[in-house]
Order: sequence, then structure tokens, then C-alpha cells
Amino acid sequence: MILKGKVYKYGADVNTDVIIPARYLNVSDPAKLAAHCMEDIDKDFLKTVKPGDIIMATSNFGCGSSREHAPIAIKASGVSCVIADTFARIFFRNAINIGLPLLECPDAVKNTKAGDILEVDLARGKIKNITNGQTFTATPYPAFMSELISAGGLVEYTKNKLAEAKA
Amino acid sequence: MNISERILAAHAGKKSVAPGEFINPRVDVVLSNDITAPIAIREFRRIGVKKVFDPKKIVMVADHFVPNKDILSAEQAKEMREFCLEYGVKFYDVGEMGIEHALLPEQGIVLPGDVVIGADSHTCTYGAVGAFATGMGSTDIACAMATGDIWMKVPQNIKFVYHGKLGKWVGGKDLILYTIGQIGVDGALYAAMEFTGEAIDALSVEGRLTMANMAIEAGGKAGLFRVDEKTLAYVKSRAKRKYTVYDSDPDAAYAKVIEYDVSKIEPQVSMPHLPSNARPVSKVGNVKIDQAVIGSCTNGRIEDLRLAAQILKNRKVAKGVRCIVIPGTQQIYLDALKEGLIEIFVKAGAAFSTPTCGPCLGGHMGVLADGERCVSTTNRNFVGRMGSPKSEVYLANPAVAAASDIAGKIVGPDEVLK
Ligand code: SF4
Repeated sequence: MILKGKVYKYGADVNTDVIIPARYLNVSDPAKLAAHCMEDIDKDFLKTVKPGDIIMATSNFGCGSSREHAPIAIKASGVSCVIADTFARIFFRNAINIGLPLLECPDAVKNTKAGDILEVDLARGKIKNITNGQTFTATPYPAFMSELISAGGLVEYTKNKLAEAKA
Repeated sequence: MNISERILAAHAGKKSVAPGEFINPRVDVVLSNDITAPIAIREFRRIGVKKVFDPKKIVMVADHFVPNKDILSAEQAKEMREFCLEYGVKFYDVGEMGIEHALLPEQGIVLPGDVVIGADSHTCTYGAVGAFATGMGSTDIACAMATGDIWMKVPQNIKFVYHGKLGKWVGGKDLILYTIGQIGVDGALYAAMEFTGEAIDALSVEGRLTMANMAIEAGGKAGLFRVDEKTLAYVKSRAKRKYTVYDSDPDAAYAKVIEYDVSKIEPQVSMPHLPSNARPVSKVGNVKIDQAVIGSCTNGRIEDLRLAAQILKNRKVAKGVRCIVIPGTQQIYLDALKEGLIEIFVKAGAAFSTPTCGPCLGGHMGVLADGERCVSTTNRNFVGRMGSPKSEVYLANPAVAAASDIAGKIVGPDEVLK
């Protein structure tokens, strides 16, 4: 799958409290969560984000609470993938489990500016910066995670596992 | 192998495991709360199984927005209540509930040697009793409720050794804030932290629970302690099932060993907006406060309330400061009542609440307005954590929080006792 969109760029330690503040966690509906995505860190995000756009950050993206509401809100806001130097581990699991693609690629982060247009070839982990012409390769997923992703997330993977156990 | 590898190997049916390996350990306890359970329930129903793998190993606790703060949170609690009834799962409802991470160790639900997963990042708290406990998301919990196991990557281990004797007013909270200040909020990313040394041996189980609680604030997957006599004394009267004690081999491998001399550590305060912005209380400067919160899964245990009461006794909360004290569980509430602590708090001019996460996550019971400052015994001071994105949270131990609400600004306990 090829993803294409404009980059929203942030720094280190973007935490789940700013991705989706706890005051909105009395609902779990994706569209309602998306309506407040990133509002405490970037007032303009919701005004301008378009389907396909890409969030980029430096280290430890998604740190803090285990709320799956965070990747759900990002995904439901139309963002196609998140590229960062590193991710906090629970956020990483949650995103993979629900099918929000994440790529670890410090090179791409270093050489991309907010507003640049990127094209991402997920299967090959290739990131192309259309604005400046550079290309980068993300850290490949371990084999187990690729399996999880190609199954369509953890629920589908678990369904398959349970069906196999029965057969 | 070290403790975490031993526990994981035993639960994955393997002789040994190594960092980086993907395993599928069986789980002993699967936890979720009133924020994370509704999504877990939705995903569980999508899997299409007729029952949960073992109702006795699943726990749901309504603690974040209860007693229900509004209609929407009431709907979430109702969804959990109905699910638990349908599947025979234990539901800790108002009147019986406590903040999950105060409640589970207290009730002997989590025990040494367990693998515990919870849809809450502070599930790592249970490392204090020698369990491998880690936070995950709702979908993980949904799948584990169906199958009884979960995918996991075996983490690297970092060993922390705390030498020396703890100074006055210095406890588990200060050690962990200091540690996070040293290594940063991603200093233990993907790793299990193992806390050792004579200062740790001297710490109560409560103090260890406080430390393990904040392993996640350094990016850690778990924070573990050796099981010693104190742990055994703590779990013996609470356990209603068998448990196994695992220890690290003397030659166990660690990705890193970090040593600290604790004798010079002062009570710590983490300045806004990261737990890693820790500094000694004497170096905080003149920070006036509007509110103090004493409670949460980090510091809402009886030992914490005793410490706060010791300072608030026969003193008054400063004019213009709201002090909110919240016991972690019903049992702690009862103990505080019997020990006369509640009277001390109320006479000092503090508000005393039923157990709830409440203000810790800006939920209810003490939400901050624009420009307000709060000193809090909780674990996170991110932007907007306790309310307005323009408010500020300073993390501290219960003695510092109590002293600060008397002084009206952030100070160490000795400042108000003299
Ligand atoms: S007290 Fe705070 S940190 Fe602990 S579980 Fe509740 S919201 Fe989370």
C-alpha cells in the first residue's frame, strides 16, 4: 500500500494526554475522539488535517497512558501513518493491534520539515520525501509483527488462531 | 536469567527466554478499568467467542470517573457491570472499588511470580510484589480475555542499585522521581527495571509499590523487586491461591547496571511538564500553589496518608489553597477513619473523598483552571493532565504535598514543622 500526505511534525515525548486528553475519555467512539485529537499540543491540527496526512515526531512518541483511544483518535482523524525516531511501547502495540501503521526512521525525521509531502511504501518500508527528493528506509518489523499486521490486527489474528486450534 | 525472564519462561512453557524473543505467555490476571474496558468489551465481542478463558482471572475496576461524574461515564460503568454479570467476571463497583493499582495488591489478587496484564499503563505497579506486570491496550486485553495468553517481546533488563541510607522525608517517590530525572522519560524504553540495593531492602512494600508504579514514566515495560521477608509478610495474609517466588541468578545478564548513592538525595519535585524534570525540593524556588492533591495509585496508601496527616495535624491549609485527600481503596478509607486521620484532614481544611482516580487524570474532583498550579502526589505532570492545558502540575511525595499546602507554596516538610 502506498500512503501519501502532508507532514505534521512534533518533538520528543508527545504523550497520550495531548494526543487525546482524558477529559474526553468518557466516550470511545472513534469519530468523537478524533474531534479532539492533538488539540492540546496543536490547535491547527484539526482545522487542516486531510485524509492521508502523516504525523512525524522525534523520540518516545505516544508515551504515557495505555489508552488505545490515542491511536484510534489519530487513525480516525484521517492520518495514514506515524513516523518517529522511537515509539513508547504500549502505543506501539496498540497501533499495530488496531492497524495504524508506524514507522521508525530517524533519518526521515531528521531530513523532513513540517508541511513536506511524503510518499510511503508500507510493505517495503520506503519513505520518499516528494518535496526534497530524498528517500529513506524504515527499520523493518520483526517477523511476528509482520504476521500480525498482515492478519489485519490482533483481533483477526486471534480469530485465526482460535479457528486453527478448533480444526 | 533474572526475575522477569524466569517468570516469563515459566509462563511460556520454556526452559529459558532471551531479550528480543517473541513469546506467548499464559496470564494470571487480566485487568481493565472504566476507560479501557468499554473498548476491550467491544473488541472481545468481535472475536466471537462465547465465554472468557477463565472468569476468575479477569478483573474489572471502575475507578477513573466514578462515582459516575456524568451520563457518559455512567454508561461506560454500566457497560462493564453488564459484561461482568454476563460472563461471571468480578467487577469492583462503587462501595467496594478502589484505584485498581492500590486495590489489586491489597486484596491479594496479584501475587509473586504472576504474569499480569492490564489495560492501564500503571499495571507495572505489581512488580513490587515480584510479579511480571505490564500495561497494554484494550485490544490486547480483549484477546487475552478470549485466549488466556498474550504476545509479548521479552524485554532487556536494567538493574538499578540504590546504596546508602535514605534521608529524612525521603521515600520511594523520591527515589523514582530522582531515577527518572537521571535517565529521562525514555531512559528504560522497552526494558524491565529491576530495583535492588540496601536502600530498597529498607523500603516498605508500600514504598516499593510507589516506585514500581512509575517504571512506565521512564518508558519501562515492568519494574520488579526481589521477594523478601517484607513481601512475604505482605502477601501471606492476602493470598487466596498458590504463588511462586522467582529470583535472579547471581550471574544474570543485564543490558545495563546503574548505581546511585541515596544518602545525599533530598525529597524530589518534578517540575512541569515531564516527570523527568526532577530537582531537590530546596531548588524549586518560589512556586505558589492553588491546589494540593494527596492520593492516586502512586501515593494513596495508608502509609502516605499517615505521612500527610503527621504534617497537617494541628495545622491549617493556607488560605487560597484547596487540599484534596483521596484514599486509594475502601480499606484505606476505613483505616484512615479508625486511626483518626480523616479528622486531622478535615480539621486542617482539606476535602476528603471516596476512592477515585478523579483529579489525577483531570477527570473530576479537582480539575484545574487556566493558569492554576497544583502540587500532587500522582505520577504524571504532562500538559493538561489535571485539567486546563494552561495549568501546571508539580509531582512530589505526600510529606512535601502536605507541607506545601500549609505554606501555600512548594516547600519541604521541615519548613513548616520548625
Ligand atoms: S490514579 Fe491516576 S495514574 Fe493511577 S490509575 Fe488512576 S488515573 Fe491512572
